[in-house]
Amino acid sequence: MGLFDSLKKRKHEDQTDADVEEIVETPKKEGLFSRVKKALDVDLGNEEDYQVEKPAEKSPVTYEKGLEQSRNNFSGQVNKLLANFRNVDESFFEDLEDTLISADVGFEMAMKISDELRDEARFQNIRSKQDAKNMILQKLVEVYEASGDDAEIEMHFAPSGTPSIFMFVGVNGVGKTTTIGKLAMRYKNEGKKVLLAAADTFRAGATQQLQEWADRDGVDIVTGKEKADPASVVFEAVKKAVEDDYDVLLVDTAGRLQNNQNLMKELEKMKNVIKREIPDAPNEVLLVLDSTTGQNAVNQAKLFKDSSDVTGIVLTKLDGTAKGGIVMAIREELNLPVKFVGLGEGVDDLQVFDSNEFVYGLFKDLIEA
Amino acid sequence: MAFENLSSRIESALKNLSGKGKVGENDLDVTLREIRLALLEADVNLKVARSFVNDVRTKALGAKVLNGLNPSEQVIKIVNDELTELMGEVAVPLNKSAKIPTVILMAGLQGAGKTTTVAKLANKFKKEENARPLLIAADVYRPAAIEQLQTLGNQLDIPVFEEGTNVDPRQIVKDGLAQAKKNNNDYVFIDTAGRLQIDEDLMKELKDIQDISKPDEVLLVVDAMTGQNATETAEGFNNALDVTGIVLTKLDGDTRGGAALSIRAVTGKPIKFVGEGEKVDNLDVFYPERMASRILGMGDVLTLIEKAQTDFDEKQAADQLEKLRLNTFDFNDFLDQLKQVQNMGPLEDMLKMLPGMANNPALANMSIDPKDFSHMEAIVQSMTNKERQDPELLVPARRRRIAAGSGRPVIEVNKLIKQFVQMRDMMHRFTNGKGLPSGMESMFGDVDTNEMSNMMGQMGMPSMGGGIGGKIADAAMKRAFKKIQKKKKKRK
Repeated sequence: MGLFDSLKKRKHEDQTDADVEEIVETPKKEGLFSRVKKALDVDLGNEEDYQVEKPAEKSPVTYEKGLEQSRNNFSGQVNKLLANFRNVDESFFEDLEDTLISADVGFEMAMKISDELRDEARFQNIRSKQDAKNMILQKLVEVYEASGDDAEIEMHFAPSGTPSIFMFVGVNGVGKTTTIGKLAMRYKNEGKKVLLAAADTFRAGATQQLQEWADRDGVDIVTGKEKADPASVVFEAVKKAVEDDYDVLLVDTAGRLQNNQNLMKELEKMKNVIKREIPDAPNEVLLVLDSTTGQNAVNQAKLFKDSSDVTGIVLTKLDGTAKGGIVMAIREELNLPVKFVGLGEGVDDLQVFDSNEFVYGLFKDLIEA
Repeated sequence: MAFENLSSRIESALKNLSGKGKVGENDLDVTLREIRLALLEADVNLKVARSFVNDVRTKALGAKVLNGLNPSEQVIKIVNDELTELMGEVAVPLNKSAKIPTVILMAGLQGAGKTTTVAKLANKFKKEENARPLLIAADVYRPAAIEQLQTLGNQLDIPVFEEGTNVDPRQIVKDGLAQAKKNNNDYVFIDTAGRLQIDEDLMKELKDIQDISKPDEVLLVVDAMTGQNATETAEGFNNALDVTGIVLTKLDGDTRGGAALSIRAVTGKPIKFVGEGEKVDNLDVFYPERMASRILGMGDVLTLIEKAQTDFDEKQAADQLEKLRLNTFDFNDFLDQLKQVQNMGPLEDMLKMLPGMANNPALANMSIDPKDFSHMEAIVQSMTNKERQDPELLVPARRRRIAAGSGRPVIEVNKLIKQFVQMRDMMHRFTNGKGLPSGMESMFGDVDTNEMSNMMGQMGMPSMGGGIGGKIADAAMKRAFKKIQKKKKKRK
C-alpha cells in the first residue's frame, strides 16, 4: 500500500464521516515514487485493500490541529497557483518557484523542484491543469521520500545498564529547555528514571527555568553555578546518571548562534566530556529548530552538524507557522531526520514526528477526494 | 555554492550589457528575475519581493543613464535606493513621553528575545541618559521568566517589579506602574510573555495591557532569522496592537535578514533597534541604509569606517600611511597595526562588513584564530631592532634564531616575512597612486584608485597587514583569478 493511497483515503474519510476508523500506513518496502505512480493509476474503488488498523497510541487530533496552519498555507498556496493555471509556460514555473519559496521550502530546493518539473513537463507533454497538479504532487512526495530515512526516526537508546544521554543544541530562543521539559515528562510516564542537566549556565534564569520543569515533571536535575563551565555541569550529571542508575539523561545547553566558533567549540567540549565517561554517548544530539526560521535553518543545521554531529531534529513552534516547508529543505539538504515536533505550549504537545501524518498535513488539500 | 550575493548576481545578469548605454526591457526582466530570487533567498517575503521588483522595474525603465555608472551599476543603485527607502530613510528615535515615565511595552513570539532586549534597552538608557528605569515582569507563563528578568536586573542594578506568577499580568502592570510613579522612575519597560499572533486569549491580554499602560512605545521584537512567516507575525501583532516600532534580534548570526524588509514593508513601522550579540551592550540603533547593503550582500563599509574611526588612532594611521608611501614601513609599525586591529574586535566580523565579503564562499568557512595574532607578535618581538627595520637582514640563520625565540616553526617565520614584504610593496605602490598589481585591478573594478586609497587611509587600511592582509588578499585574488579565467574560457 502506498503513502499516496492512504493520503487519498484519509482525505476521503475526512470528508465522509469522522467516526470511521482512520487509515494509517503500514511499514513499506516499495519506493514511494512507484507507489505514487500506482496510486495515480489505481481506481479508488478497491478501498478495502488499503484498510489498516490504527495504532492505539497516536493522537492525530492534536497533530492535525497543530498543523492546521502549515497545511492550509502550503496546500492552499499550491492550489491558488493552480487556480490561476492557464498553460504550462515559463510564468507558470516562475509562480511555482515563488509558491515553493514562500512556503519556506528552501531556496535551492524550490529551484531544484521547479527545474526538474520543467524537464518533466516537456517530457510528459503536460497540458491540462489536472496533469500539472498530479505532476507537482508526485514530485513533492518523491523528493520528500527520496531524501528521508524513516528508520532513523526512532530515538537511539543505550543498552540497558547505561544511561541514554541526549544532548539538545540550537540557537537562542528556539525552545530547547521547553522541549526537554516536555520530553522528560514523556519518558517519566514511560516508567524511565530521568535526570536533567542544566548546562546552560550563561543565560539569566535558564537554570531556574529547567529547575521548574524538573519540579513540574517530578524528575531530578543537576545544576551548576551561574557562569560555571557548562562542561563541568555535564560531567557531574553524567557521573550521577551512571552512579544512580538513571535511564535517561537530558542535557540542556545554552543557545548559541551557529557562526560563533568559540561557542561551537564549547559544545564540542561538552560532547567530549560525555564521551570520555561513556564512549558510546551521547546517544543522540538533537538540534532544536524554530519552525518559523527561514533559509537560515539550513545554515543552522549544517553548522551544528559539523561541530557536534547532530543526529536528529526537533521542530518547535510548528503550531505557529503557516509554513512547514522547512522540513522538506532540511531533509533534502542534510538528510537529518526530524524526531519530535512541538505543536503547542502544553506539556504533551511534543509529539513523535510522523512523516506520513506530516506529509498528509502538508498535501492534504492537494489531493482530490 | 549557489548562495551568491545579489550584487554579483545582477552583475552577471548584466555582464553582456556593460558596454551598452541602455538597458533593454528583456535584459531588465532577466535581471529583475535574479533580484527577485535573491531577495527571496534572503528571506524577504514573497509579496514584498514582487512589489519591490515592480517598483524597481518602473524606475529602471524611466531612468536616464547617469554619468560614470554603467547600466548594471545603475540598476544596483536603484535597487539599493529602493531598499533603503523601503526600510525608512533615516534612523527613527524612541518616542518619549512629555512627562515621566516613558512606558515601553514589549511584544513578540516566544523566543524572539524580548526579555534580553528589555535588559539591553534599559541598560542603554541607564548608561547614556543616567535614567532610572523600572522593569515590570509580566510574563507569568514561561517557567522562570521572572527569574530571568530579575537576574538581569541584578546584574545591571536596575529594579524589577514582580508579583509572582499567580497574579494576572494586567494587575501586575497596574501595580508596577503605580510603583514607578511613586518611585519617580523615568522609563518603564513591560516584559510580556511570548505568544502566537493567532492566540486570541493571549492577544486580548496584550491589548488589555496596552489599554492599561498607555505605552509611548509598543516594540515588536522579531527574530532576524524569521522566514516567510515574518509578515504574518508582524501583521497579526500590528493589527491587534498599536505597534510603534520594531526590534530586530539575533542579527549577529549569518542570516541575511530579509525579514527586516518584509516587516517594515507590511507594517510601515520603523525598525528602531537591532540586537547583535549576547552581551548587554550589544544593542544598536538601526540604520536603514546599512541594512540595505547587508541584504544586497554589499557589506557595511559605513559601520566599518565608523568602527575604525572610533577605535583607531587617526594620527598613527596617518603616520603609517606616510611611512608606506615613503617605503619606510617596518616591522615595528606592523606590530602597532596588529594591536590596533585587535582592538577593533573579531576580524571575521569586520571582514563581513567589506563589500562582497559577507557572503563570499571563499571566506565562508574562514575564521581567524586570535592566536594567529599572538604568534605574529611573538615572531616580530623575537627580531632585533635592526632586523625589524630592515627585513633584508633576515638570512636563514637569523630566521632560525627567530623561530627558536618565538617558539614558532621556521615556515611560519618565512611566511610572515614574505607576506610583510609583499604587503609593503603593494601598499607602497597603492599609496603612491601607481595603481594595483594586475590581478587586483579586476577585483576592485573601475573604482577610482585615488578614492580607494583615501578610503583606506581613513579606515586605517595599512592595518590589513601580514597574515590577515595576506588572507584577504589571497581570497580576493583567487576570486579575481577565477573571474579572469572564466572570461578567458568564454572568449575561447
